Amino acid sequence: MQQITQQPSVIRHTRAGKINIRSGNRVSIVLRATLWTLGALTVLAFFFFDYTGFRPLQAIPETLYNLKAMFLEPKLSHFGWGEAAMQVAITLGLGALATVFGAVFAFFLALGAAENLSVPWLSKSIRVVVAFVRAVPTVLWVLIFAIAAGLGSEAAVLGMLFHSVAYLVKAFSEAFEEVDPKILEALRSTGAGWWQTVVHGVLPSTFTYLLSWTFLRFEINFSVAVAMGAAAGAGGIGFELFMASGFYFDLREVGMITYMILAVAIVLEVFSTRLKSRVYSAD
Amino acid sequence: MNETVLKKRKFQMTMLFLGVIVLTYLSAWVTDYGFVSSLEAVPGAMLWMASNLLVNGEALGKLPDIMEKLLETVFMSIAATTIAAALSLFLAIMGSKTTMVNRAFGAVSRFVASLSRNIPVVAWSLILLLSFGQNSVTGFLALFVGTVGFLTRAFIETIDEAALGSVEALRATGATYWQIVSKAVVPQGLPQMVSWVLFMIETNIRSATLVGILTGTGIGYMFDMYYKTMNYEVVALITITIVLAVILIELLSTRIRKVIL
Amino acid sequence: MPLLEVNGLSKSYQPGNPILKDVSFSVEEGEFVAVIGPSGAGKSTMLRCLNRMVDIGEGQVFFDGKDVGAQNKRGLRDVRKNIGMVFQHYNLVPRLTVIENVLHGRFGYKSTLQGVLGRFTEAEKRKAFELLEKLGIAEHAYKRCDQLSGGQQQRVGICRALIQDPKIILCDEPIASLDPNSSKVIMDHLKTISIEFGITCIVNLHQVDVAKDYANRIIGLKKGEVVFDGPSLLLTPQFTDEIYGMKTAVETRELITV
Ligand SMILES: Nc1ncnc2c1ncn2[C@@H]1O[C@H](COP(=O)(O)OP(=O)(O)O)[C@@H](O)[C@H]1O
Ligand SMILES: [Mg+2]
Repeated sequence: MQQITQQPSVIRHTRAGKINIRSGNRVSIVLRATLWTLGALTVLAFFFFDYTGFRPLQAIPETLYNLKAMFLEPKLSHFGWGEAAMQVAITLGLGALATVFGAVFAFFLALGAAENLSVPWLSKSIRVVVAFVRAVPTVLWVLIFAIAAGLGSEAAVLGMLFHSVAYLVKAFSEAFEEVDPKILEALRSTGAGWWQTVVHGVLPSTFTYLLSWTFLRFEINFSVAVAMGAAAGAGGIGFELFMASGFYFDLREVGMITYMILAVAIVLEVFSTRLKSRVYSAD
Repeated sequence: MNETVLKKRKFQMTMLFLGVIVLTYLSAWVTDYGFVSSLEAVPGAMLWMASNLLVNGEALGKLPDIMEKLLETVFMSIAATTIAAALSLFLAIMGSKTTMVNRAFGAVSRFVASLSRNIPVVAWSLILLLSFGQNSVTGFLALFVGTVGFLTRAFIETIDEAALGSVEALRATGATYWQIVSKAVVPQGLPQMVSWVLFMIETNIRSATLVGILTGTGIGYMFDMYYKTMNYEVVALITITIVLAVILIELLSTRIRKVIL
Repeated sequence: MPLLEVNGLSKSYQPGNPILKDVSFSVEEGEFVAVIGPSGAGKSTMLRCLNRMVDIGEGQVFFDGKDVGAQNKRGLRDVRKNIGMVFQHYNLVPRLTVIENVLHGRFGYKSTLQGVLGRFTEAEKRKAFELLEKLGIAEHAYKRCDQLSGGQQQRVGICRALIQDPKIILCDEPIASLDPNSSKVIMDHLKTISIEFGITCIVNLHQVDVAKDYANRIIGLKKGEVVFDGPSLLLTPQFTDEIYGMKTAVETRELITV
């Protein structure tokens, strides 16, 4: 390399006297601080764990053996294929109900939450309530409804509804806020009322987004419904999974049920990915 | 021509709504769901909550125990997410089309991610519970496995976006694979990835409650215990502490995100 | 011996659809060559064959006496570090600082570990500042690249290529995303570089007038074939029509039918 003639005056030096090449701005400081904190907390976490009955030398080979039995020799023993299909349908049904109702409620709430369609106080309060609802785990909602309203699909759907609404309000209101202000202005200038603006301006330009988000939530709700079946007695394939593993200790049945859940989940994922890419390529 | 398009759209919309209505009825039938009874249940449930989920002095006495379990759960989520993020970063680099080493590695990494993401966390908890027993490690592993799948997918998207031109440019300078990954792909994608990690920590605290119920650990187990013994005052207190923890973390993440993104 | 020699280069991405057909030319040290042709003619593909960013199909590329197509991984790295490259979309890492992006040009000289750890010598850093100074953007050295204008980013891209100490610089439509003023600044810089440092430049362009203003020599590419190769002065309007003629006709026809 050719020799330096003069040093540009803008060069900054580190404390060690070397030329600094980092910007040292807030972004990289916060980023690094976050990473270090997460790392430190992770190390710390292992001191807070409860290790009762944890024998890694035994557990690891045992897990491998169990996994082999589950996934290489899957078999249904306590119920037949028809029953299994029925249970999957129940789980899908729970997910679908929570999603459909959730989407309807979320649509109206999101209109109130979107800053460009609503007034600040309403939008703020809806956001606060949604943040609170989101913070309570779904399983707690379901369990609380189960005592209050009695066990059954009603409690499960109502409990799942809370999170679905919270999730979709966030997604929908963001979609509404991205509507071109010119479209809204044009409609308003023709004397259209608020509802007309929504129906003729907001809805047509966001409908495909709403649909794709709703389907994504359905995908999530399927696995939530599995979880509610297992942890909150909501029925469906999740409950069978819980019985097979916690009650009968039937590894092969656990494997078979897991395969069924996996198959449905992958189909839903492929479907929603397709839908998403179609929506995004359309515009 | 415009009219036929409009007509077609109208027809599609009608079909969609009909389809949703049929689907709803079918779902209600198969799950034995009563529209009327569920509507009736809501006011009752609200009333019940308002009158039963009240924290009293006796429940507050349990606060130290609750805080300990909550802390265990929060730490479990952070550890599971952070370690999962490290593995996901590796899998995502292997799985992304822009930075993949070869097709076979890419396919394997995407397959592993899909498996771990599409088998619900509940299933992982129940599978691991059988051999690892009732302790934090089981919960940690269940969260870890589920998180790997989710983060790998998110990171692959991030890398694909981040790596657009700079990878080509660095390849042209004669940079090696790991130089390109560490100096172009990772620095560009890092803020977005950290944002996903923060999101996942928050999600995992909620999932940890569920996992805790199943694996008998952490705050979830405590909730389950008082729930089953119908000590609703403590149940209310536990719920409140979880909500506060999640909201606190969410506020913190939002502030971090504001700076880094 | 010429610095670069291309012999019977053919390339296709899908069988039966050749993008380059039997392209041959050679470039001497210090030449400033413009490659012109309509979009889709294969300019980018040809440029990327020169440093094997895309695999060479048939034919040979000799750079500095080495057969580029026959190099192993290590040899290819050696070839590439002597070839700078400048892109239409700058291809910087937007979140990193200008100075960091410039130093990326040194990776070819470093072991993987040195690169990963970001170990640059003081001499390299000083050289980077000097280059930035030369291209008039030293005051932005500590800014993130995404805070710069397009013209400034392209200058960072040129610095990144220059710090490689290259024997040749390949530019793929360096001004296609820039306004006329910035375009002029960039082309002036490229010209200066080629004269002052004696670095050979091959520049893909689609503006014929710019090519004629700056280049000593023009290569016209049409549907993957070289249809003109000679001094800029000899590029007559007839040749320009020959290179672009078909395309404008097709475009007008399309316009009419739409
Ligand atoms: N990676 C690729 N795979 C397949 N086809 C390609 C690829 N890159 C370019 N092509 C095709 O090769 C032709 C020439 O492209 P290119 O070299 O970019 O031309 P130019 O730079 O002159 O516009 C185009 O028809 C383009 O579609
Ligand atoms: Mg091109």
